[in-house]
Amino acid sequence: MIKVIVGRLLQLIPVLLIILTVTFFMSKMVPGGPFSAERQATPEVIAKLNAYYGLDKPLWEQYLGYLARVVRFDFGPSYTYQSESVTEVIARAFPISLQIGTLAFCIALVIGVTAGVIAAVNKNKLWDYFPMSLSMLGICLPTFVLGPILALVFGLVLKLAPVSGWYGLNYVPFHPMILPAVTLGLFYAAYIARLTRGGMLDILSQDFIRTARAKGVPDHQIIVKHALRGGLLPVVAFLGPALAGLISGSFVVEKVFNVPGLGQEFIKSVFNRDYPLILGTVAFFGILIVVFNLLSDIIQTLLDPKSRK
Amino acid sequence: MNKWILLAALLIVGCLVWFGLGHTTATRTAYSLTLREANKNKILLITVGSEPRTLDPQEAQGVTEHHIIMAMIEGLVAPNIDDQSKVVPGMADRWQHNDDYSVWTFHIGEDRKWSNGDPVTAEDFVFSYKRMLTASFGAQYSDNLFILKGAEDYYRGKITDFSQVGVKALDSHTLRIELVGPTPYLLSLVQHDSWLPVNPKVILKFGNIDTRDSKWTRAENYLANGPFKMKSWRPNDVIEVVRNPLYWDAANVKLNGINFYSIENGNTQERAFQAGQLHKTDQVPLDKVPYYRRMRPELIRIDPSEGVYFYRINIARKPLNDPKVRLALNLAIDRDAIVKNILREDQKPATGYTPPGMGDYQPLDKMHYDPERARQLLAEAGYPNGKGFPKFTVHFNTSESHRAIAEAIQQMWKEELNIDVGLENQEWKVYLDTQNNKNYDLSRSGWIGDFMDPVTFLSMWTTGNGNNNTNWGSPKYDAFIEQAARTGDPKARLEILHQAEDLFLSEAPVVLVYWYTNAYLLQPSVQNWNPLVLGNHNYKYIDLKSEQEPIK
Amino acid sequence: MAAVTASIEPVPIRADELVQGTSLWKDAWLRLKKNHVALFGLYAFCMVGLFCLVGPFFTGYTYEQTEISLKASAPMEPILSRTETRKTGEPKKSFIAFSNLEDEFLDKPESDRKAIAAKIANGEAYQEGRNTYRLSNQRHFFGTDPLGRDLLTRVLVGGRISLAVGFAATLVSVCIGVLWGATAGFAGGKVDTLMMRFADILYALPFTVIVILLMVMFGRNFILLFAAIGAVEWLNMARIVRGQIISLKNQEFIEAAISLGLSSRQILFRHLIPNVMGSIIIYATLTVPNVMLLEAVLSFLGLGVQPPLSSWGVLIDEGSRTMETSIWLLACPAMFFSLTLFSLNFLGDGLRDALDPKSSKD
Repeated sequence: MIKVIVGRLLQLIPVLLIILTVTFFMSKMVPGGPFSAERQATPEVIAKLNAYYGLDKPLWEQYLGYLARVVRFDFGPSYTYQSESVTEVIARAFPISLQIGTLAFCIALVIGVTAGVIAAVNKNKLWDYFPMSLSMLGICLPTFVLGPILALVFGLVLKLAPVSGWYGLNYVPFHPMILPAVTLGLFYAAYIARLTRGGMLDILSQDFIRTARAKGVPDHQIIVKHALRGGLLPVVAFLGPALAGLISGSFVVEKVFNVPGLGQEFIKSVFNRDYPLILGTVAFFGILIVVFNLLSDIIQTLLDPKSRK
Repeated sequence: MNKWILLAALLIVGCLVWFGLGHTTATRTAYSLTLREANKNKILLITVGSEPRTLDPQEAQGVTEHHIIMAMIEGLVAPNIDDQSKVVPGMADRWQHNDDYSVWTFHIGEDRKWSNGDPVTAEDFVFSYKRMLTASFGAQYSDNLFILKGAEDYYRGKITDFSQVGVKALDSHTLRIELVGPTPYLLSLVQHDSWLPVNPKVILKFGNIDTRDSKWTRAENYLANGPFKMKSWRPNDVIEVVRNPLYWDAANVKLNGINFYSIENGNTQERAFQAGQLHKTDQVPLDKVPYYRRMRPELIRIDPSEGVYFYRINIARKPLNDPKVRLALNLAIDRDAIVKNILREDQKPATGYTPPGMGDYQPLDKMHYDPERARQLLAEAGYPNGKGFPKFTVHFNTSESHRAIAEAIQQMWKEELNIDVGLENQEWKVYLDTQNNKNYDLSRSGWIGDFMDPVTFLSMWTTGNGNNNTNWGSPKYDAFIEQAARTGDPKARLEILHQAEDLFLSEAPVVLVYWYTNAYLLQPSVQNWNPLVLGNHNYKYIDLKSEQEPIK
Repeated sequence: MAAVTASIEPVPIRADELVQGTSLWKDAWLRLKKNHVALFGLYAFCMVGLFCLVGPFFTGYTYEQTEISLKASAPMEPILSRTETRKTGEPKKSFIAFSNLEDEFLDKPESDRKAIAAKIANGEAYQEGRNTYRLSNQRHFFGTDPLGRDLLTRVLVGGRISLAVGFAATLVSVCIGVLWGATAGFAGGKVDTLMMRFADILYALPFTVIVILLMVMFGRNFILLFAAIGAVEWLNMARIVRGQIISLKNQEFIEAAISLGLSSRQILFRHLIPNVMGSIIIYATLTVPNVMLLEAVLSFLGLGVQPPLSSWGVLIDEGSRTMETSIWLLACPAMFFSLTLFSLNFLGDGLRDALDPKSSKD
């Protein structure tokens, strides 16, 4: 086991190298530079700025220089936040997204798995359609619709939560992470619910469950001890990337609730052509993806004894 | 085995939540404010839109940055309380100029201090202008200072001795500015970020004169000379400034502090305002304007603003190279209908390029909705009833209102001229790139004036100007602008500029749409927030009425 | 027939079933027909598709015709015509919503305004200066958007785009995802590692950058749109399928198939993939809405639909911004979107059951 984990973590190095390389050249190919603006600076000024940030050198030289710095864990300065380095931007924004994402993940998991299991057990009955239809709401009302609705209801009407901001507004009972987390969580809950229901149905019709039933093992024990293990396989496979996405933040939700998290940096860095920040966030997300996919693979192996052979 | 995994998972989740919570609860409690508390403590809560990139006045480019810097750094003169064409003393307590406005002397008050206690001196200004003009520093607005004698030569490296540039500290409290030509609008100009002073000591402490993005702009290092100084800066959330006790006019500063929130999303701003988290927003969502105007007129403010919304025409492309076609496009647009039905913020149909409010300059009244004449012009250009008119594309950066306006104009051209127009939206920087490379037919544009003079609008249309981007150029126009720069008499000067704009409009390398206004929501408890064309509010005059209940 | 043998030994039977070719699908169809909810989903879905296809011809409006003086009028709101006699003598007709009538006479006292409104509501014409106001018989079933365009027509035309994009991109992503995941899971070892790390890399690459690049290099192009969306949406599918395949390939019936000497391809396509059909269908039905909403993001970046054309994703996005003032702008596209999703999911669940070789045993 340890060997597998260490092996996978070592794969991080080539994976990150490829991600950084591809992203580096792609982002340089995108038109527009970090210094273009509606009121154009003169070409000489742009040239001076490019020289200042080393953007006038040949691409391969910039690339090698960048890699040399990355090896020393220096991701360079951000062009968008002019007094911060990329590392500082990630270090201040990630904890916020991490909190929202973790809470959202718990919400999604609890609601999703519960709804999925209830639906699967009561297949094609009222208690199948009801939780499934409810969980569909998370998809029918995408985050950019649900977010404003929650802000209106809980922020403006009930006055329970702040409608904007992270610091400084705690005269309301809800922590500012709650609405963003619910918005995100409900969206993922819908996915988890449907995947759980499907996975559970696959397992519940298998012979060993029927055998167990025939033997008189109580239903709840069958579900928790046997069915859930296999039934959750698709969910767990889905959760690796989902969790990486959740804790690295969501652009839409952070804009709707004006939360200073990391999610918006992924998009804004591209819009601003903030090359160091693009690369920094992408590398960071790459690490999350690899680590969480590894976790998800390990859990899949543990859940499914047969695949351990 | 299973139990252990479950336990480990719970532990991890718990740690994540605890770590996250721990991160914020420590810093959160100190900033809790409701509107009522804010009124009582005289803390103004406003939003200036997106997150500022920098608060270094010499690196700043945008309006957002400017509105925050205004609170902390004061220039030679400062904005008047309610009239933008007048100024009040800033760092300079008096000033003179020669007869043709080309040599100015500013006397810097003895009591002007930086927030660390250093006196503000004429040398600080010289240093700041030297920094602006240091080419390797790459200040985007460095050309704003090229009206200083010798500035351009210094910037280009033709002279290396800065003492030859037309800015001198005669003594530590007297600053002499020598300009290349008559500049009657200098007092408006020196309020712009590019003319603001910085403290040389703090700049040199964190780098050289040409170091960009140094750490001096961080809250703990920032040196202010204005009514407020920085207390904290939390990117993407809030910048807090508090009263600066060392400000020379501190006794007349009414507020104890200002919180500048960065809220980009217009709907979020409006919700925050309704929830009592803000005294003032930066905009009003398009669809809510009628609601506020009809139901809550006491909360909405619509100020004149100096900006113009137009489409650039790439005149190198056929058939747009024909001035008749360009005029026809202009005349076929019902600007009134667009302003009244789509925008609804009292914008004025643009009948000329330079908007009203530019001092004594009367805006031109030339472009009107005249479909008959438009059809006639199009026929004269060889396209009767739009027959054979090649399809062209209007290009804009993605935004709800740009799209709505483009769709309406597309329909108007179709109806009035029977010509087909395609629409294409692009992401902001791609759009800028397309425009700057003149890789378009028609391109949505806007222009906001930097100071109170028509030159801020008209100088961009000279041949080959970096902001022209239409391939249009006229030696006659260039001559007008040149002549105006050499004319000392304000009246004659404006007359020349009038002729220049008239020439520009008769060639019409742009499709004019409307002149901006500035709509925002404002709590009535905010005092002295007067409508100003440039939107440069001198925060020292702003007050909060504490007995006023916040309106919900 | 499966029921008889199932309890003894499932493995050879499944192989038999498949060898008989169509009977699996025939069987599935028979089972699906018995599932009323799934059938309802099928019918509802077909209705939506049909409506989008032919509906715009019957609404009486086009999706692009603006009437900017009408603005965003509510569903079925009475509409007035305003005929203005121009200086040249030719009349110009425009429309305004009844609720906006008062804005026309803001200079008059309120009582006068009410009187005018009552008069017009009675069907009389009212003249003011060069303008004549009269109640028109024009109605918009779902109201109009801020430029006065008929919302229903726009939603239906947008539906064509969304449904096309949704299905084509989902198909692309399902094909790639299933093949990729199944191959990786079945092969295992180094191949698996390489393939899945490749997927990890694609996960991490910035989508926005890719989209902008695609747009710059190839311009707007619907095929590209599918390609862009399909290229990101298959990753989760691949992971899910891979996980299932790994779990299945150690089961007895596959071991038996291997020992029978079946080729890897046969095992993969005949035994493994049909057994993960349930998960595939479920995730595919989840991909459709995701793709439709992703299309709105692409439109923002300039790759999606071109105005004045629209799509459900774009309409819902716009509607969400004006939901406090004109809820119908959100409700109408969201209704069609939700209806499609619900019917698809019911249909998907039904298909899953129908294709499940063991489901008939219950």
